Amino acid sequence: MGNKTDKEGAMVTLEGGGEPLLSVRNLKVHFPMDEGRVRAVDGVSFDVQPGQVVGIVGESGCGKSVTMKAILRIVEPPGRIVEGQIMYHSRASGEAGTSKVRGTIDLVGLAPNGKEMRDIRGAEIALIPQEPMAAFSPVHTVGNQVIEAIRLHRDLSKSAARQLAVDTFRDVGISMPEQRIDSYSWQMSGGLRQRAMIAMALAANPRLLIADEPTTAIDVTTQAQILRLLRKLRFEYNSAIIFITHDLGVIAQMADYVVVMYLGKVMAQGPVDDLFHNPLHPYTQALLRSIPSVQSAPRVKLPTISGSIPHAFNRPKGCPFHPRCTSFMPGVCDRDEPELKAVDGRQLVSCFLFRDTPEVANGQA
Amino acid sequence: MLRFIMQRVLLMPVLLVVFSVIVFALVQAPPGDFLTSYAATLASSGSSIGETELQALRQTYGLDKPIYVQYLYWMGNLLRGDLGLSLEYQRPNAELIGERLVLTLALAAFSFIFTWIIAIPAGILSARHQHGPIDYFFTFFNYIGVAIPNFMLALILMWLGFSVLGISVTGLFSPEFEQAPWNLARVADLMKHMWLPAIVIGISGTARLTRVMRANLLDELNKLYVVTARAKGMSEWKLVLKYPVRLAINPLISTIGWYLPQLFSGSLIVATVMNLPNIGPLLLRSLISQDMYLAGSLLLIYAFLTIIGTLLSDILLALADPRIRMRG
Repeated sequence: MGNKTDKEGAMVTLEGGGEPLLSVRNLKVHFPMDEGRVRAVDGVSFDVQPGQVVGIVGESGCGKSVTMKAILRIVEPPGRIVEGQIMYHSRASGEAGTSKVRGTIDLVGLAPNGKEMRDIRGAEIALIPQEPMAAFSPVHTVGNQVIEAIRLHRDLSKSAARQLAVDTFRDVGISMPEQRIDSYSWQMSGGLRQRAMIAMALAANPRLLIADEPTTAIDVTTQAQILRLLRKLRFEYNSAIIFITHDLGVIAQMADYVVVMYLGKVMAQGPVDDLFHNPLHPYTQALLRSIPSVQSAPRVKLPTISGSIPHAFNRPKGCPFHPRCTSFMPGVCDRDEPELKAVDGRQLVSCFLFRDTPEVANGQA
Repeated sequence: MLRFIMQRVLLMPVLLVVFSVIVFALVQAPPGDFLTSYAATLASSGSSIGETELQALRQTYGLDKPIYVQYLYWMGNLLRGDLGLSLEYQRPNAELIGERLVLTLALAAFSFIFTWIIAIPAGILSARHQHGPIDYFFTFFNYIGVAIPNFMLALILMWLGFSVLGISVTGLFSPEFEQAPWNLARVADLMKHMWLPAIVIGISGTARLTRVMRANLLDELNKLYVVTARAKGMSEWKLVLKYPVRLAINPLISTIGWYLPQLFSGSLIVATVMNLPNIGPLLLRSLISQDMYLAGSLLLIYAFLTIIGTLLSDILLALADPRIRMRG
């Protein structure tokens, strides 16, 4: 990659300055349905630093995929961003040529299919979807789709783009890339398909990769390879990653920073070590308890979180987690919604158990 | 791929022989023969024919022989490229069928092009604006297109053409070109008359194809590969046309083969109403009068075209879809 050194240079100055690459603030995505309004994402805030891996965890239906779609501005109708900001800070300094984006942009303010947003989509922020089988068109060769992604954002000839695609295929560990590039996705194995998908996302050298459960559709051994590959590429391409998953094990391996979501809200967030070793929020604690461990005694029932996720139309009043919470305080948790606030200086927690903690300066630690 | 085509082509004669037996059996199935219905026609018009004369005619035409002899006689002629003689018209069948077949195929081609040119874009627009005004607009016309019998549409248009524009829109030729030999002027005259019957015949097919295209595309628009393409930063129209539309059309390609046979029988009433010199009315007439060699030849051509059509759409489908091409 020609501009890798430039990027690293830019990154050093920025990490010194501490400006995040992406700041999501109070994001709300609602789906007006005949049965009522579904608040799929309801006031989510988090930051992604350059080069950082942010894991978003939560059970299905918690709004993690919709958050990712909102960042890319590809939320399907009737879904709509009703409030909030998604600030994308392009690093204008020292960046020569490749980027059409300068300065700070609120992605919410852009037309979803306008030229500006499309210049960011794929080029600055790229998606690694789940289920690579369904994510490639079956009637176009993989190479056709990767080359297309390159040429959308780079002024390259067909043969130059093809060469770049072949190089990227090699980077993601696809053997015989010259031949593989002309095959169809259904001629590849699951792991190979996901590698090709990652190559397509990386091809335009984005600064932020959004990986939406990239390992759920592949078998466990391949999963480990893909995770290793993503860790390696993150340094080679110097991209930040938003890693969406329901698998806490994957988060522990991959993420620097973790955002825990429940019913469209952020329950807790913080650096991965703090969050895993000193979980403060009852929901985080419950999630961690329900991970099976090799050390635990055999034939002991695995703790589960009691109850089930409420239906989207029946959101509980107050803290959305209170009906399932072991620390439920009647009269408090079912009345008001707790706010996300800093506790112990490193984690942000949204829970009334910590309401008496003095407010620390806003923003992530 | 080449092997597949070869296999199919080699199989064709076998299929045609099987069809010829079935066709001949079907044509012979009604009680009596051409002469019975000939005598009945004469009787109803007041004249009559003697029993001895009928016997003589029966012998001349070979109608007194067993069915398999008649079949072998017909097949023998077919193999020599002779479609036989029409009993009713007393003219060679090849001559009767020839021009009508050309006109039928031309009409089919025109209404096919009309159907696809209208239906595919209309289906795409409908799906892209689902539940919007554009979708409702096309849906409205689709229901009308399916609901109105096409011969009625033909009658309405003929009446409008005559009363408003003062032109006669029946037939495929102006009177002065009706019997003229083929030349450029006659082709031009044909084109002038062709578009209206082509539309009338194509309209219900267009409505149906629009609905199918809309439904297929709606299925495809929600697929993950569309999200991927969108996430790459492609413009919406470009990505819709390149990915989901391509996949939505694929299943329609296999229906191309049925188009011609459908038109053969489907356009019969329109052809009668609009006085179109195509195959439909000739086939009907030959069946009624039990003109068995004419009817048999027509049905065999019909079967042949169906086989060719199916083969063509299979080849097209293989060309369009690598999954079929490379796995098959």
